[in-house]
Amino acid sequence: MDWTALWLTLQVAGCTTGVLSVFGIPLAYWLARSRWRGKFLIEACVALPLILPPAVLGFYLLVAFSSQGLLGRGFYNLTGGTLPFSFPGIVVGSVLCNLPFAVRPFAASFAGVDPRLIEASWCLGVSKPQTFWRVTLPLAWPGILAGVVLTFAHAVGEFGVILMLGGNIAGVTRTLSISIYDDVQALNYQQANQTAFVLLVFSFVTLAALHAWGKRNWMT
Amino acid sequence: MFQPTERSCSILLWGFHRKLGSVPVQLLLGLCLFLAACGNRQEKLADATSEVIHEFRIAAAADLKFALEEIKQEYLQSHPNSKIETTFGSSGTLFAQLSHDAPFDLFLSADLKYPHQLVEQGHADADTEFKYAIGHVVVWVPNQSPLNLEKLGIQALTDATVKKIAIANPKLAPYGRAAEAALKNLKVYDQIQDRLVLGENISQTSQFIETGAADIGLISLSMALSPALKEKGRLWRVPSDAYPKLEQGGVILKQCRDLAAAQDFKAFLVGPKGAAILKKFGFDLPGE
Repeated sequence: MDWTALWLTLQVAGCTTGVLSVFGIPLAYWLARSRWRGKFLIEACVALPLILPPAVLGFYLLVAFSSQGLLGRGFYNLTGGTLPFSFPGIVVGSVLCNLPFAVRPFAASFAGVDPRLIEASWCLGVSKPQTFWRVTLPLAWPGILAGVVLTFAHAVGEFGVILMLGGNIAGVTRTLSISIYDDVQALNYQQANQTAFVLLVFSFVTLAALHAWGKRNWMT
Repeated sequence: MFQPTERSCSILLWGFHRKLGSVPVQLLLGLCLFLAACGNRQEKLADATSEVIHEFRIAAAADLKFALEEIKQEYLQSHPNSKIETTFGSSGTLFAQLSHDAPFDLFLSADLKYPHQLVEQGHADADTEFKYAIGHVVVWVPNQSPLNLEKLGIQALTDATVKKIAIANPKLAPYGRAAEAALKNLKVYDQIQDRLVLGENISQTSQFIETGAADIGLISLSMALSPALKEKGRLWRVPSDAYPKLEQGGVILKQCRDLAAAQDFKAFLVGPKGAAILKKFGFDLPGE
């Protein structure tokens, strides 16, 4: 088992989940409540990574990240580093790839909150931010947690975009999926088998736990 | 009507001090701590380099996979303060990454063209270019294959039982280009063209044949002689006049963090110890 890759994978998935929670929850809340006519365009953008080939996203990001690209130059001016083949670079890629896995469940759970409860809270004089924290978020919480878990689990397995952007560097961009690819290419099947099995068990346990928890939660 | 758009972000922070005890906030805090831990990681890396540890990264052509690992082990025995990370791929893929400033210190290509192009692009200095080996192409089949490679030679590829022939992608891998040239020179290319499958690099090409996904293929002698394949198959050396000489060279990148260490490793690679290991894996040496 490649422990460096495991630790790195957890960091990539953790950062992805963190970023998507911070930006995804407000975005999802807006998607769930907004009546703007152009909303479907934003929704399409959010869902795009579901069907967009990771190679396409990876290619565009590589172009945008290069020292001539907009993102690449901005990042260089800010930090003095470069995005391709770096840890921040693969986190950006992973965040974009996992956008629908976070925002869609978030939005669905916000949409499921009875608007009458929110309005009742306002009528009783509770401010809008307070209502969000004390009424909306607690009611939407099961769905949000499901989205967080799903995002983390999916980010752990992110492959295509990291392969395009990451460059397979140990300790920086060689996540577990990349290390399996690397081991298979190097004819090191035993190591690949171990890593693959760990990921299989992880994915299964995550989904089983999510479903078991969901069943208990939705029945009560 | 409720308009949370502009407020949502500030709401998240706004509620923090009031609701520290709630589950959502605890989870968010946990994530923040995690992000902070990620930041620490960078600092730790910086600490390591400020000590006497010489750390460098090598991007190497896939045909070196096994030879370079052995050279690295040998080097580390006499240089215990060094830390070497290796990444293998087709020379073309690595070249593309390096021209996008991938953070490697030393590049070992399977040809001379890619290192030279990096010099032309300004990613490396011309005086750091060097040659280290000359590679060879072989036809390889697994032990269980019924083909009599010794007798048939290149004609084994045209055998009716052969459905798939693996070569490395000529667009990315010098060994793929050499294989394609050999097939054309030996006048079998047109016959077998539609049976070709392309590996991204020579290591993946070997894997295609070893797993039986392809029946036969053209790989590097260094792969065929590697511990992973040596006992598992038979090889036939493609006559070396059938393809352009596979001179392999490397270059030290301009962004190299520890120039002295990279030069030291390069000297070890082309020196007697490195050369002995390269010879063991079937490479010839430049100037021989």
